[in-house]
Amino acid sequence: MSLDRTEIEQIARLARLALDEAEITLYQRELSKILDLVNTMNSVDTAAVQPLAHPLEITARLRPDEVTETDQREKFQAIAPAVANGYYLVPRVIE
Amino acid sequence: MHRKSLTELSRSLARRDFSSVELTHACLKRLERLNPTLNCFITPTPDLALAQARDADHQHARGTAGPLAGIPIAHKDIFCTDGVKTSCGSKILDNFIAPYDATVVERLRAAGMVMVGKTNMDEFAMGSSSETGFQGPVRSPWDINRVAGGSSGGSACAVAARIVPAATGTDTGGSIRLPAALCGITGLKPTYGLVSRHGMVAFASSLDQGGPIARSAEDVALLLGAMGGFDPKDSTSVERAPQDYVRSLATGVQGLRIGLPRQYFDAQLDAAIADCIHKVLETLERGGAKLKDIELPSTPLSIPAYYVVAPAEASSNLSRFDGVRFGYRCDNPEDLTDLYCRSRGEGFGAEVKRRIMIGTYVLSAGYYDAYYLKAQKIRRLIRDEFRAAFEQVDLIAGPTSPTTAFRLKERMDDPVSMYLSDIYTVSVNLAGLPAISIPSGEIGGLPVGMQLIGNHFDEARILAAAHAWQQQSDWHTRIPAGYGE
Repeated sequence: MSLDRTEIEQIARLARLALDEAEITLYQRELSKILDLVNTMNSVDTAAVQPLAHPLEITARLRPDEVTETDQREKFQAIAPAVANGYYLVPRVIE
Repeated sequence: MHRKSLTELSRSLARRDFSSVELTHACLKRLERLNPTLNCFITPTPDLALAQARDADHQHARGTAGPLAGIPIAHKDIFCTDGVKTSCGSKILDNFIAPYDATVVERLRAAGMVMVGKTNMDEFAMGSSSETGFQGPVRSPWDINRVAGGSSGGSACAVAARIVPAATGTDTGGSIRLPAALCGITGLKPTYGLVSRHGMVAFASSLDQGGPIARSAEDVALLLGAMGGFDPKDSTSVERAPQDYVRSLATGVQGLRIGLPRQYFDAQLDAAIADCIHKVLETLERGGAKLKDIELPSTPLSIPAYYVVAPAEASSNLSRFDGVRFGYRCDNPEDLTDLYCRSRGEGFGAEVKRRIMIGTYVLSAGYYDAYYLKAQKIRRLIRDEFRAAFEQVDLIAGPTSPTTAFRLKERMDDPVSMYLSDIYTVSVNLAGLPAISIPSGEIGGLPVGMQLIGNHFDEARILAAAHAWQQQSDWHTRIPAGYGE
């Protein structure tokens, strides 16, 4: 299994990761090796097997739709990189 | 004081032989002296520890103290702690101060335990050696040129070096058991759903499980009782009646059926490690246990399946680190995409990026069935084989790690060889089972761990068997050379 540079760049774009040239070269080599390891899964036929998403196969518990949290906006925003008037600041999106 | 186990300290504090403040001072002094070499703590919390120790001493004076009150503990830096930095071993969270406590932290605090600091780890718990963290590698107290194992290496190292009698860890593919084995101590990965994941930074949500690390099964039993149990804040927490794991320790192994998977004891297993494990098994057999060969044929598929499921879940979980609401943000972003890409590119380390990339790839359009769905099918095969095995046996025994502690940097340039360190541990996470690693011998002065795997929620039986072995052996009491004084 071998991935080319374009594929690595596309994965990085999907994952929102800025990679430099050296990293792209490194991950191209390493991801190909890891996928070789992963592909050994194909040695067994699983056509008749149902996928297992949760080890205990329990369904998610539901709770009544009631407000249980108090407003802690200031506490949570105190750890944000940039805020103003209760909003998170990011670079301008709409000109 | 540092030579005493958690259980012994609990008795001493109850008798008022010394106070929690005295004990905590001693721990903090040791931490300060040993941490520059071992690098097992990221954030020591001396002031908080002494305040909590004074509280515990008041409880002892009033007669309201429980068995854990006043005992120092270290928390893996993956557990959120209100007001104290939780970096998860990452640059991206190096300025993150959680606005709340993880349930595990809250429960152990409510039991009166004293937090002395947050321990070093692999970044986002992704690693088997505790070398990938932003704060540099943890070193083994058995040989400072070797790894402590990972990812809960700081916790295991701190317990092995007798800095603290107990620590918390998390285990997604072996991250409690592997460092416990390499550091010569006892670590339990509980059944998925027994210990709350609330406030534990998520890596792979269907596999992650917090658990206790200490010197003996007896100590671990006491900690598990306080850590575990239903938590409405974790949607996968299981509602079950609380259990007294200490009381059931004395059950012994009479009539216990222990399965030995042929795939764990094949020709690939290191002969010296196999020797250590067979000695434990002979002891348990003399105590009345019955050994039986079993089959877990899909064992070789566990690593490939794990390296699809875990990175896939990680790539999704780690999408929350975007430089907007908390954590690291890059300088002068050009636009929003640049803000995301550079904050993440600069904030995450090499191993985390590698896993996000794998996870993104296996979940991307056109590849989902070939990788993620296939891995989930393998996951069922593995779970079903364990299920069938537990119809014939009560526990399953095997090695924890294929080797003793390896040298620092030895596997850092070869991710696949690092991933194979988890060959005996990951299938347990895929099946959601509980398993313990217990000290079982030494090879060339380095500890060897043995693993005991139980059926879902059978922690009591695992702990009783581990305790039976520890009543007949002293590996768990051995202190690395130079750390006795």
